[in-house]
Amino acid sequence: MNPEQLRYTETHEWVYEENGLVTVGITQYAADLLNDLVYIELPSIGARTQAGASFGEVESIKAVSDLYAPVDGEVVEVNQAVVAEPQIISRDPYGAGWLIKIRPDPKGQWSRLLSYAEYQRQIAQPG
Amino acid sequence: MSELLRTPLYALHVARKARMVPFAGWEMPLQFTSIVEEHHAVRQQVGVFDISHMGRLFIAGPDSTELLEWLYTNSVASLQVGQVRYGLICNEHGGTKDDVLLYRLPAAAAGPPSTPEQPLVQAFPYLLVVNAANREKIVAWFQQHRGTRAVTLFDATLITAMLAVQGPHAVAMCERLLATTLSDLRYYFGRYVVYRDQTVLISRTGYTGEDGLEWVVPVELAQLLWNDLLALGAVPCGLGARDTLRLEAGMPLYGHELTEEIDPLQAGLEWAVKWQTKDFLGRAGLLQQQSDTTRPKRVGLELAGRRIAREQCSVWQAGKCVGWITSGTFAPTLQKSIAMAYVAPESAVPGTAVEVDIRGHRESAQVVTLPFYSRRKPNRASTS
Repeated sequence: MNPEQLRYTETHEWVYEENGLVTVGITQYAADLLNDLVYIELPSIGARTQAGASFGEVESIKAVSDLYAPVDGEVVEVNQAVVAEPQIISRDPYGAGWLIKIRPDPKGQWSRLLSYAEYQRQIAQPG
Repeated sequence: MSELLRTPLYALHVARKARMVPFAGWEMPLQFTSIVEEHHAVRQQVGVFDISHMGRLFIAGPDSTELLEWLYTNSVASLQVGQVRYGLICNEHGGTKDDVLLYRLPAAAAGPPSTPEQPLVQAFPYLLVVNAANREKIVAWFQQHRGTRAVTLFDATLITAMLAVQGPHAVAMCERLLATTLSDLRYYFGRYVVYRDQTVLISRTGYTGEDGLEWVVPVELAQLLWNDLLALGAVPCGLGARDTLRLEAGMPLYGHELTEEIDPLQAGLEWAVKWQTKDFLGRAGLLQQQSDTTRPKRVGLELAGRRIAREQCSVWQAGKCVGWITSGTFAPTLQKSIAMAYVAPESAVPGTAVEVDIRGHRESAQVVTLPFYSRRKPNRASTS
């Protein structure tokens, strides 16, 4: 997927909407920061997500980070390949390293989403 | 908080785009590329670490042996010239002030002259290498307990650099660099050698569980040595890999497995405490601690899953909290989640099944014998 066509959360998830489903992953910036991923926990199919709430966690040698859902909805697909081999996320965060697909609730809440340019500005800021 | 100190290699680390982090008052490289890659470089080839943040205290004077015997738990008088020995410095209660390496330095090589303030070629019979976070505390401790003894303590941390070259091919690489054989340099011995026309100290020591050397060099040689080692193929390594390597090797880290509240006996370091053959500061406290048989003991844990048991996670057995985690990681060589913990003595037996509370999830783990990893002993016949 082309990063310029994705939208982003302030918590470093990318979001791609197509055919009524929302694919979620983490950005290259987040993957590089975490580095050396050893473990990822993702929800089961059918689990509920809530905009801005944690849907899982990703663990690297140095730290654990929560993964935040961009929208209220239901998990309809989970990428089992990254659960078996979390390093896929570091290698290809916008492709094979996707995490889950959500079917958004028709009137569900969304997190504030950033454009590519806005996200680039956010990560360029020091601190 | 005061300004962070920078090692003589700081500019090289930044130029290499290392991820720099504050550590014990210093700005140090956490990783250059990846903790896992750097870890494997040390286990399989050669890695080089900037460990200039470690405190280097040179000690001399007619009463230095006596003062060291009083403040250091291991034997001093029995050190052979050139020998290096691990030991502890205890407080009055037997708690641990620091864990240190004590060098009994040989007379300097009759080599080229060096700058007058350079202690490496002066007649300092002892070098004490202390943890960065404890340097000022230990200097003050020595001043406080010196009394009327004739002892000079020279803190050379800021006028020297220290590099660790570690891995199965580390000694061979240093032999090439020095154009000399080091096959006669035994494990935990050091000597002065000439490098780029100056006298420097090397020792066959390290904190990774691999064979290797640690170098103490004047500041002005630090960048040259670093670049020479990189040119020979050494992989630059940061504190992240240093931590995963020492954890696999079962070595304690001050501030985690050792603190002022933890005594060396419960840490499993009795072999470095000569409390049956000499008196030292903290011995009476240790004797008293020893009588409390309920003190938690340091153990290794292997987790069933891949999650990392991090510092302060609680350890459980049969519905009871029996201890806490002091360090944990995902071991790159063993491909397992491992940790060190302090647990109640009855739970400290290898084979005991326990659970670790990782952010609300109870993860299965087993008490195992330390170290988690030990290298195959080098084949002496083939190294010469």
